[in-house]
Amino acid sequence: MSAESMIEVENLTKRYAGRTAIGGLSFTVGRGEIVGFLGPNGAGKSTTMRILAGFLAATSGTARVAGFDVLTQSEEVRRRIGYMPENNPLYDDMRVREYLKFRARLKGLSGAHCRNRVDTVIDQFGLAEVSHKLIAYLSKGFRQRVGIADALVHEPELIILDEPTIGLDPHQIRVVRQLIKDLGRRHTVLISSHILPEVEVTCSRVLILHEGRILAADTPDDLQQRMSGRAQVIAEIAAPAAELRHCWETMAEVEEFDVSAAEGDFQRCALTPRAGLDLRPRIYDLVKERGWRLRELTRSRHTLEDIFMHVTSREREEEN
Amino acid sequence: MRAFLTLTRRELTMHFVSLTGYVVIAGVQLLLGQSFWTLLDALNNKPFDMPVTEKFFDTGFFWLVLLLVTPAITMRTYAQERATGTFETLMTTPIGETQVVLAKFCGALAFFMIAWLPAAAYPFLLRHYAEGMAPVDAGPVAATLLGIALLGSFYMALGCFASSLTRSQIVAAMTTFAIGLGLFLLGYLSQIRPPEPGWQAQLLVHISMLEHMRDFSRGIVDTRHIFFYLSLTAFFLFLTHRVLESRRWK
Repeated sequence: MSAESMIEVENLTKRYAGRTAIGGLSFTVGRGEIVGFLGPNGAGKSTTMRILAGFLAATSGTARVAGFDVLTQSEEVRRRIGYMPENNPLYDDMRVREYLKFRARLKGLSGAHCRNRVDTVIDQFGLAEVSHKLIAYLSKGFRQRVGIADALVHEPELIILDEPTIGLDPHQIRVVRQLIKDLGRRHTVLISSHILPEVEVTCSRVLILHEGRILAADTPDDLQQRMSGRAQVIAEIAAPAAELRHCWETMAEVEEFDVSAAEGDFQRCALTPRAGLDLRPRIYDLVKERGWRLRELTRSRHTLEDIFMHVTSREREEEN
Repeated sequence: MRAFLTLTRRELTMHFVSLTGYVVIAGVQLLLGQSFWTLLDALNNKPFDMPVTEKFFDTGFFWLVLLLVTPAITMRTYAQERATGTFETLMTTPIGETQVVLAKFCGALAFFMIAWLPAAAYPFLLRHYAEGMAPVDAGPVAATLLGIALLGSFYMALGCFASSLTRSQIVAAMTTFAIGLGLFLLGYLSQIRPPEPGWQAQLLVHISMLEHMRDFSRGIVDTRHIFFYLSLTAFFLFLTHRVLESRRWK
């Protein structure tokens, strides 16, 4: 076991009566990483997180957090984890400060240290203005902040947030994402999401989960790279359509192309390269040589969405 | 230990920040007041030959309090946490299951005893206004208090257990009420229709809560009764503990 890894999961399997929620999951998360679990609903994200947080036990396999086994050394693990479950359940009948103090005490903080930490997280998450309000009357955005504040009030080494931005409006989502990014400087963070851009902007590494298995694990950039072999290039060029078609047909690097008329006398060309080539310099050279005018030249970035669809559909094909 | 006290306090104060807590207290006062009234009425009429505490419990209002108030106090303990999902945040703090079970039980029992608190004034009222004509001995009063606490713990443990089984507070309340009433009726049965002498009759007498409470209100502190209630309380707390653990083996 290396000292650098925060989470080590080996062959983790969880079966509910007759249904396999996760099957043979293995992965590691290093200290200081922000890792995103990505997957459709029912992929096993929450189950994995619940096992890591010591709420459920796995059917087989082992999981270690900071070197402690989540089953046999559950209390040690729970001391080191800040966990916010899906839908962020809170006690509606408590006031914000009261709740955070209550939670901090349950997590073993006491006296002045407890007060300090509660004050710190209230400041950190901008909860001062609502600190005496009943949680029942908070807006969804504030509730979420209270949930995250609770998750790190005891300064855990590992923070696990299950769907932290679900149900928030775009502005609140941006705030929460920034909070998570800031957390990554001092803590290890594991978040789950079924929203792809979210993981893309906040995480340093992505684990794509589907039907209880990991289909891909890499940094968002590397996943991009892996996919960009098939990235299309879009070029808008002012030239006769027939001439353009001829050019693309004869260019060896182009596998597929499509030319359509755009506004003005421009033609919009969508070109798919052969195996991993970047067509852009070639196109620029061509345009310069012929003296055409060029107004757009872009390579479409594959979003995680494409990657996700690609990986999961390949999965489906294999099944059929 | 600190976490345990924090949780116990939360379980107790929870009743005071919601209306239900006050409704329960008001209901208990109404029933006890009625009981006290009946007692005063009896004292004013013909003399009777039993401690006033026994007469107080003869009215039956005590059982109504026990049977009705228990579900109201305990139905929320686990069912509400399961329904709102806070059960998950609670169980993923470093606090152990045993502490959770004990804290919730102690919180419920403390509230139950607090609901009884105003009744503590009754002996003093009697002594003050009856001017020594109706002697209230400290012994039977203390024994009665012990009886209330023991029966209360058993019923609270039972209610916590019922609540741990479900995420619906109504189901929890009805289960508690049904089991509580059933156990009470077992004792009542032997009273209204004494069975043929034999081991069945003996058994019924031994588990009859009415018999136990009568002893306590007479000032008799029988260790068998104490053991009976403490072991039943422990048994239901143990079952609750198993239920909390069961999420790990399912």
